[in-house]
Amino acid sequence: MSQRPSVIRQTILTPIVLIAALLVMAALTYCFGSRAFNRTAVEMFINIMIVVGLYVFVGNSGLLSFGHISFMCLGAYMTAWLTIPPVMKSITLKGLPVWLLHAQLPMWIATPISGFFAALIALIIGRIIMRLSGIAASIATFGLLGVVNNIYSNWDSVTGGQGSIVGIPPTMNVWTGWIGAAVAIVIAYLYAISRSGLALRATRDEAVAASASGIDIVRERLIAFVVSAFIIGLAGALYAHFLSIVNPGAFYLRTTFVTLSMLVVGGMYSLSGAVAGVVAMSVLIELFRNLEKGVGLGSHTIALPNGVQEIAIGIITIVILMYLPTGLTRNLEFRWRGWPLQRRLRRPAQTALKELN
Amino acid sequence: MTAVLQIVFDALSLGSLYALGALGIALIFGVMRLVNFAHGDFIAFCVFAMLWPSTDAAAIVFAGQLPSYLLIPLLLLIGATLSVLSELIVFRRFRNTNPATMMIASFALGFVIRHLLLMLYSSRPKSVTLWPSLGLPVEFLGAHIPMLQVVTIIITLIVLAALVLFLKRTRYGLEMRAAAENFTMARMLGVRANGVILLAFAISGMLAAAIGLILATNSGTTDIGMGANVMLIAFIATVIGGLGSIPGAVAAGFLIGAASVVFQATLPHDARVFRDAFVYGAVIIVLLVRPQGLFTPKSAKQRV
Repeated sequence: MSQRPSVIRQTILTPIVLIAALLVMAALTYCFGSRAFNRTAVEMFINIMIVVGLYVFVGNSGLLSFGHISFMCLGAYMTAWLTIPPVMKSITLKGLPVWLLHAQLPMWIATPISGFFAALIALIIGRIIMRLSGIAASIATFGLLGVVNNIYSNWDSVTGGQGSIVGIPPTMNVWTGWIGAAVAIVIAYLYAISRSGLALRATRDEAVAASASGIDIVRERLIAFVVSAFIIGLAGALYAHFLSIVNPGAFYLRTTFVTLSMLVVGGMYSLSGAVAGVVAMSVLIELFRNLEKGVGLGSHTIALPNGVQEIAIGIITIVILMYLPTGLTRNLEFRWRGWPLQRRLRRPAQTALKELN
Repeated sequence: MTAVLQIVFDALSLGSLYALGALGIALIFGVMRLVNFAHGDFIAFCVFAMLWPSTDAAAIVFAGQLPSYLLIPLLLLIGATLSVLSELIVFRRFRNTNPATMMIASFALGFVIRHLLLMLYSSRPKSVTLWPSLGLPVEFLGAHIPMLQVVTIIITLIVLAALVLFLKRTRYGLEMRAAAENFTMARMLGVRANGVILLAFAISGMLAAAIGLILATNSGTTDIGMGANVMLIAFIATVIGGLGSIPGAVAAGFLIGAASVVFQATLPHDARVFRDAFVYGAVIIVLLVRPQGLFTPKSAKQRV
């Protein structure tokens, strides 16, 4: 019998707490929420999937990626190609290969296929990009975003170009959203406690020491890249089923930055941070959206002018980061107090000096 | 021959724009390791400052009516003020935080500025006519070149020359270069951190105003997203040039401008819409060959 509890026993609480908390939110929304509020909740669950996917790569490797939203694009279009009725496809998307043109799959098969498709592309591109490190890798992922967006906005016969593809079956509700988020959290958790996840975090904290201990940085990064692309591909597919239309503009800079902000606001090195960031930002957005619509105070309604929502959210983001530069969760995970892993070691002084320069 | 000359001028003028943008980002990155994603919104702010705030369709030209000898200094001042204020209010508190945190803070600031402009001016594009005579072509060795292109190139060259003189010949320029090389060491040798950083922000803001003027003259309309594209390419250029290297940023800006124009001219017609994909693909390839950028400053070498 070993003296220390296993890794799973030390950490299993984090995903359970997160998934349970989301289940409560889903149940409350389902029971009491209006139609519009239900949609907001689904959007939040999809954002959780995206941000958790980002966390798998960004949080474990320490590299900032601007390119992950392109995997969302790949997933969303893949599910669109697979699920739109062939009659509609033959009119709008003439350039598709014949087997794809006649395919029509149910959502629960098309969504995993979309995830695997995104993961496959990530495997191919990641083999090239993951050789880079630091800011060069971030810019290369930016390049990936640019390439994917440019191709999907202009390859008219296959992607419908700048316009939207319509006719994707709208099969999303709060429960499917919750399942998606739960799957994302479980995958992210399993990756984080895996051998590869541990190795990758070692390269994040001290690349040289990790590499001297026999860790193949490129290989571990590639694994994380593919896993995160899979999660975000799933998220993209669910997003397509949520809106029932896709267009390339939805998968570009705005989404990239909004999701990155959510991750950083929550705490980019922790899974709890990824989820907490999305929940906090979604609550804020919903709050200000309602304030803009107007709040009844006695006989008066007070409404904020349009546009205040975005300005307030930007300012709140800045203020949160000012006072909590490591995010709302300060990069910690939800755990019982006194558990051994909760006490994090302070960062060595030398790393702090290195960051100064 | 004339076609080639045309391409050369297109490349130079587009490259000038990117180079000016890259310079604005590289200066700030050099002194505080901040990638300023709000730069594109600084550009848009300077353009919109020429109009009186209103959400009507017809633009009320305000500062834009001033004679150019007043308008240009005024806009440069606005750009510098906005940039310095953002340092004082926001970025000062983010020194020594994680670069990702700083980057997201700058993005959030840009988000605030953009939506402030949207609230004040609405999202309709508005026309603003500045120096219409610059749109006329001039004949140069048989090619018809828009006057504006020539002016853009000349302005960029003047700005670059002035900046080189400033950085190499003045005390403040020396301090700034020292700070970009090794900030801690520069402070220990008596460089005032706040002064240098404020100066970098002021120059960067003026560069944003210059880009705004050129863009507004070129397109004749104001548009909320007009700075964002330049900012993106400029950001990529600073990395390709070697982060922290000012000549590298300028060279890479010109290089990307040239690459876009050459792809546009030489790609077969069907592939032309995918020009940006080729440009970004080329960026990735350059990074693979030279991950540290084309010009690597000494300070960027990784030490163990």
